[in-house]
Amino acid sequence: MIDWIQIFSNAAQELISPTTAAYALAALGLAIHFGYTGLLNFGQAGFMALGAYGFAISTLTFGFPVWASVLVGIGASIVFALILGIPTLRLRADYLAIVTIAAAEILRLIFTTNTFDDVTGSASGLQGYKGGLAALNPIPPGTYGFGPFTYNAYDWWIRILGWTVVILAALFTWSIMRSPWGRVIKGIREDEDAVRALGKNVYSYKMQSLILGGAFGTLGGMIFIMPRAVVPANYQTSLTFFIYAILLLGGAATILGPIVGSMIFWVLLSFFSGFMARAVEAGWFPFMTQVQAGQLRFILVGIAIMLLVVFRPQGIFGNKKELSFVR
Amino acid sequence: MESTQSVRPHSRGRWLILLGLLVSALTLSGIAASPAMADEGGTDSQAEEFEYFFSGNVKYNDEPLEGVSISVSGNGYEAETETDENGQWTIGVPEKDAYEVTLDEDTLPEGVIVEDGQSTVDAEFGLTSRKAVNFFLGEGQRVTTDYGAQVLIRVVNGLNFGLLLALAAIGLSLIFGTTGLSNFAHAEMITFGALMMLTFSTTLAFPVWLAILIAVVLAAGLGWTLDAGLWKPLRKRGVGLIPLMIVSIGLSLALRYTFQFFYGGSTRQLPGATLPREISLGPILLSWIDVASMATSVVVLLAVAYFLLRTRIGKATRAVSDNAPLAAASGIDVDRVIRIVWVLGGGLAGLAGILWAYFRPGVSWDMGFQILLLVFAAVTLGGLGTAFGALVGSLIVGLFIEVSTLWLPSDMKYVGALLVLILVLLFRPQGILGRRERIG
Repeated sequence: MIDWIQIFSNAAQELISPTTAAYALAALGLAIHFGYTGLLNFGQAGFMALGAYGFAISTLTFGFPVWASVLVGIGASIVFALILGIPTLRLRADYLAIVTIAAAEILRLIFTTNTFDDVTGSASGLQGYKGGLAALNPIPPGTYGFGPFTYNAYDWWIRILGWTVVILAALFTWSIMRSPWGRVIKGIREDEDAVRALGKNVYSYKMQSLILGGAFGTLGGMIFIMPRAVVPANYQTSLTFFIYAILLLGGAATILGPIVGSMIFWVLLSFFSGFMARAVEAGWFPFMTQVQAGQLRFILVGIAIMLLVVFRPQGIFGNKKELSFVR
Repeated sequence: MESTQSVRPHSRGRWLILLGLLVSALTLSGIAASPAMADEGGTDSQAEEFEYFFSGNVKYNDEPLEGVSISVSGNGYEAETETDENGQWTIGVPEKDAYEVTLDEDTLPEGVIVEDGQSTVDAEFGLTSRKAVNFFLGEGQRVTTDYGAQVLIRVVNGLNFGLLLALAAIGLSLIFGTTGLSNFAHAEMITFGALMMLTFSTTLAFPVWLAILIAVVLAAGLGWTLDAGLWKPLRKRGVGLIPLMIVSIGLSLALRYTFQFFYGGSTRQLPGATLPREISLGPILLSWIDVASMATSVVVLLAVAYFLLRTRIGKATRAVSDNAPLAAASGIDVDRVIRIVWVLGGGLAGLAGILWAYFRPGVSWDMGFQILLLVFAAVTLGGLGTAFGALVGSLIVGLFIEVSTLWLPSDMKYVGALLVLILVLLFRPQGILGRRERIG
């Protein structure tokens, strides 16, 4: 018989899991790129990889403290954004898409190759970088919480930390999008030439947006590795597409959209993954193996992306007027 | 405008239907059997945190040799490593399958060689996930392939690879030229051709030439179906180019995992994929498959060139590609041309998939996605939307990738090609044969 309570409690855990926070933050960065500025960044996985590896390598290879490791990751993502932006931000939108997706793959291949095994750990990745963060944990050791939300001190610490960063990033984004800077950014999305005619340096604004959203992705990448190890296979292009699914679900040009989108996405994914696994186990779908049941969710994420774009391009929270996709 | 008016009353209901679809769709999924799995981020099913390892110990006269280069290739996967100070090495591989393990004799000390010329061995896993591969070293003078010959071998390989890339790239470029769509699902059209070939040649045991024909026709049919069932309705709705591009990404994801759903995650070989390399042209050793593959590519590419330059429909295609409204105004049925381009693109992609399956070698569910970015690089390099640019770009990308393995480790060979893509955009964004105004 199916253990419904187990399935529900696993799904509920995703509400506040660090993974959900990491995806929310990366999606928020993408909202700045795609939703507000109209930049088609398909390399968010690359920014997340830079956060993960920037943090882990600074800690493991150079022995940096936590704050310095975070700064190294962000510094790397700024450099990456500049390298991406300089050749492409003057060109048409789809060029940025192709270049960003290629650049993210280059990063993943560099992190995967055996050539730099000493530093990157090649295909098996890195671990053992969590000591510095765990040492900063103010929560005394023990187990806290209720119901499904019962975690030890470290798990609570990374959850609190992760969601604090998400909330701060959301507040920051909310305030800058109401500022004159944000109005220029949205103006670029609507009509680049009109903004240029007003004497604004469109190129520079786009670059700032690319750097800011990329930095959010980088921070997301750091939160992402707190409950797990750094593994290069996690940073494939499908990671970027999942973040797009979250963004389109919540609403591309919104603040709450990426965050609530991430929660809905992960809760649903966990619920139905759990349900399917149990159902196949119980023999409800005799034509399907466990492995096949696992692949269904990727198929359905793909279909969901298509349906969302065609039928509800503004997502749950979006305003249709806000989302006239760029040319 | 009136379309948005009429849609509005339904939009809430439609949204609910959509949410319902999403929910019921996701109901059918599941991989996270345990909470630990659920927390795993889970964007990757094809994990590269490998479970299977080759390992070995390189010693000469009981002295461990450090810095000897060992590489593994097979099933579309390549990796390279060096022995450590104890002469030991380990390479992880994604599948429990047969691979070629090669010891690079150039990295051995002077006067030491692998005995009997066995510097490349075929290794297969037994019952365990670890397989020891040992090379027997002895004294001797190695017969090296000189540098010029190596370059020549790479060039021929590169041409072969470039030609098959060109088949896929021309379709992608024509579709981009006529519809403006950057079709990320082109990768799945490539995979589809190879999978159909596998089904008809191996599973149903058709003769190879017939299986190829059926696979290419079915791939062309897939192109027709996608245009008729998806892209034309979306064009009629007036969906913008960027949303269309994202739709193609969703389609790519859905199709790719549908392939995996039905064909599984393993790599399988087409008939004849392991023929020996018995044709020698100077230092170059080729199998009949290599020769047939190159000949097929060249013939098909010439046929496409004839079609585009000499036939009425080909000329109409180029006209639509150049300026669709003007072409429509001069009496060309744009929708029909686009349909033909999709059929042509699908067939060419299917053929490219079959040749790619022989080149890697192996058929797997994500084989098209592995070269998608290279196809994009080729198309961008040649100039988006130009058919002959795509050909030139593909040859350059193919040659560059193969020749660069002379300096780059083999698991980084795609990095060079992707870097070239970015550099081209920096200095000549319209590509080699593109025209300036295309980039807007």
